[in-house]
Amino acid sequence: MAIARFWREIKQRYKGIGVKCGNCGEIFFPPRDICPECRRESYKKMDEYELNGTGEVITYTRVEDPHPEFEDLCPYVMAIVEMDEGVRLTGHIVDVDYDDIEAGLEVEASMRKLGEDGPEGMIYYGYKFWPIDSRRGE
Amino acid sequence: MRDVAIIGVGETKIGELWDRSLRELGIEAGLKAIQDAGVRGEDVERMYIGNMSAGKLIDQEHVAPLIADYAGLSHIPSTRIESGGASGGMALSEAYKAVASGMNDIVVVGGAEKMTDVGEDEAKKILSSTADQEWETVFGATFESLYAMMARYHMDKYGTTREQLAQVAVKNHSNAAKNPNAQFPRETNKDFVMKAPVVSDPLGMFDCAPLSDGGAAVVLCPVERVDEFEGEPVEIVSMGEGGDTMAVHEREEIGTLKATQRAAEMAYERAGLKPEEIDFAEVHDNFTITEIMAIEDLGFFEKGEGGKATEEGKTELNSEISINTSGGLKAKGRPVGAVGINQAIEAVHQLRGDAGQRQVEDAEYGLTHNMGGTGASAVVHIFGRWS
Amino acid sequence: MKTKDDVGIKGYAGYVPKYRIKPEEIGDCWGEDGKTMGRGLRVESKSVPSPDEDVVTISTQAAKWAMKRAGIKGEDLEAIYVGSESHPYAVKPTATIVAASIAASPHMTAADYEFACKAGTAAFQTCMGLVSSGMIENGMAIGADTSQGAPGDALEYTAAAGGAAYVIGSEDLLAKIKETVSYTTDTPDFWRREGEKYPQHGGRFTGKPAYFKHVTNCTKKLLERTGNEPDEYDYAVFHQPNGKFPVKAAKKLGFSKDQLEPGLLVTHIGNTYSGSVPLGLAATLDQAEPGDKIMVTSYGSGAGSDSFDIEVTENITDVKEKDVPTIEEVTSNEEFVPYSVYAKYRDKIEGGR
Repeated sequence: MAIARFWREIKQRYKGIGVKCGNCGEIFFPPRDICPECRRESYKKMDEYELNGTGEVITYTRVEDPHPEFEDLCPYVMAIVEMDEGVRLTGHIVDVDYDDIEAGLEVEASMRKLGEDGPEGMIYYGYKFWPIDSRRGE
Repeated sequence: MRDVAIIGVGETKIGELWDRSLRELGIEAGLKAIQDAGVRGEDVERMYIGNMSAGKLIDQEHVAPLIADYAGLSHIPSTRIESGGASGGMALSEAYKAVASGMNDIVVVGGAEKMTDVGEDEAKKILSSTADQEWETVFGATFESLYAMMARYHMDKYGTTREQLAQVAVKNHSNAAKNPNAQFPRETNKDFVMKAPVVSDPLGMFDCAPLSDGGAAVVLCPVERVDEFEGEPVEIVSMGEGGDTMAVHEREEIGTLKATQRAAEMAYERAGLKPEEIDFAEVHDNFTITEIMAIEDLGFFEKGEGGKATEEGKTELNSEISINTSGGLKAKGRPVGAVGINQAIEAVHQLRGDAGQRQVEDAEYGLTHNMGGTGASAVVHIFGRWS
Repeated sequence: MKTKDDVGIKGYAGYVPKYRIKPEEIGDCWGEDGKTMGRGLRVESKSVPSPDEDVVTISTQAAKWAMKRAGIKGEDLEAIYVGSESHPYAVKPTATIVAASIAASPHMTAADYEFACKAGTAAFQTCMGLVSSGMIENGMAIGADTSQGAPGDALEYTAAAGGAAYVIGSEDLLAKIKETVSYTTDTPDFWRREGEKYPQHGGRFTGKPAYFKHVTNCTKKLLERTGNEPDEYDYAVFHQPNGKFPVKAAKKLGFSKDQLEPGLLVTHIGNTYSGSVPLGLAATLDQAEPGDKIMVTSYGSGAGSDSFDIEVTENITDVKEKDVPTIEEVTSNEEFVPYSVYAKYRDKIEGGR
């Protein structure tokens, strides 16, 4: 991935910054320039909005045949997570036993390495999720 | 709008065709179609080529004029249409519009993909790039994993079972065994499918369509001129296209293919037909779960009943509705950009009545369903027997 | 070094990866009696980072939790210093990535520190200086590492991963840092040359002329400066390269094993290098009560020590009620891995992906 392409999205990948429609109040992540409902009325009214970082698993899978750059994490768990604000996103669930995962599992975002452009290239960081209780001694 | 017919079809064998290049595949299919239609090179006015990713797969962009040139038609305009896995079907719909509008008469629509000139890992990555690169794959999602999450959702919500997924593969292999152009013309069984290595739980290796090379082409002609040519016509009754969010996670209902529903509704409405009136369908079974969702979203079965219907044999050849008589992407093969055209060719064979051992009895109407990425684009065509 | 009365800790938190490896596993690979090695080093297991964890991710998580405890936002921080000997980039600061991830940038200063295992406490002192001088209101000091030992090297039994972050300020302090002193010399006991993957060390030379000399001299200076006796402290935290050194140094200085106990994490998580003292102090603060006194001495090869005289305030009670995991909670989620997985995770398999 090109340097600028990742750099542009640092806010979203590191902090989960989406937008809130100034017209209807709906929250979007990733950010959109216009609200799909309000369209023209929302133009230039989409304000930054930071997701609080917690949500629940909607659906999930364990990847056992990953792309080569994810081979060292194999097997790993991917899920679609619905954040508290209602937006959904795709992410890796770390530090979880696959047998413990099910729809409804509460998770929390934490920053991890997403990848790198080889050993000499740029390192990409961004959100992954872990079960909310996994770092609470439970 | 004019009525449009397909008057000629041609396809290569599908498979790992180490000795064939993209242009050879395109030309073989195109020449077979032209010959089948009984048109001469000078009759052809326009060409469309469905192709997903020649730029990444063989480092060649601008492939439509390349294929036209090597087919001896360098003088005609030729355009590549890309819509991920729906590239072939979308090329067909563009050509259909050109003929229906009166802009062109004789149009060749091809589809071709050469997937084995790069390594398997690379080909899979390229396929995954039809999902959202910035919000899905960068986080570790593979193409298979996105469909696996749809499968898990469908299982959780509707009670679809692992066995039902496997049954899709078993049925499609059984049909492919009767298709000489199929990549895997052989039967398999449920046990074998379910014991295959897991790719992305719950999907195993045999729940996934293969990576294939292949080319396919059809010749379109306005109905008013079909008598001028020898090719046996089949009517394109209607066409519908649909869209949905790029990322799976953005969808309201992860177990539903909205683009497919939208495309189907449009196609049925334009044709004045109901799903019950369709005798057979070629659906986009890139994964076993996709066929189950598609037969629901195309209206053949109630939402959530696709798995059960498959298990009960309702989608087998000459049952309630014959699904993927060609073997589908799963067993006939998946030369991505050609798939939509391969499906149309199967429809033509069924409606001409020359599908051999896999012939659907008294087939009057057939439907093809071609989908891009994880379902962000879809196109449906309905074909009718010539009368 | 002079400090103002009102400089200290407003928030703190630590993070340790969940994977662990036992000395037996390491010994089995290299034909050594790992169990005995572990017993000698007083290490029962050490932490191993997942391939997607590094100093940036460890620092970021610790920083987020520390801010939550401090009750401040990213924009309230005017300085971030990250001390580590395993920064992911040789050139390109860890601190800027951490700053962006906690929304502290852009109106702030940031830099990375390296001083072997004491880079974290060096960051403490810098923040204290900036706060004391009135240049900034709040600064963040982080010590974190994902340290490596060469395959087969004795360091493999201890080199571990983890870190802790501290918000340093002058108001609403949960602990005052009343004094700090340093002791610094040129002592080549341990190093890693530019471009090399694994460090080199002087074996037994790392003990007496290095660790013990610096830790004892620095601590003595602090006691002399404060006029305190070891038994006046409720707790003491020393750098923990293994489980033996800090206990021995403490004994020599007149501190008891009980004073060390809460902060002695090395037994279960190994030597977290720049994270070692910051994590040990965090675990100690987790147990501390208002009025408790804590003596802290770090050690970094090359070589130097920083000592701190810390007094806990009544604010510690409120801070503990915030929803941030304690060090005990963070480290209780463990998964033991075999050497093969450890080697894969730590990129020790040549030609691997």
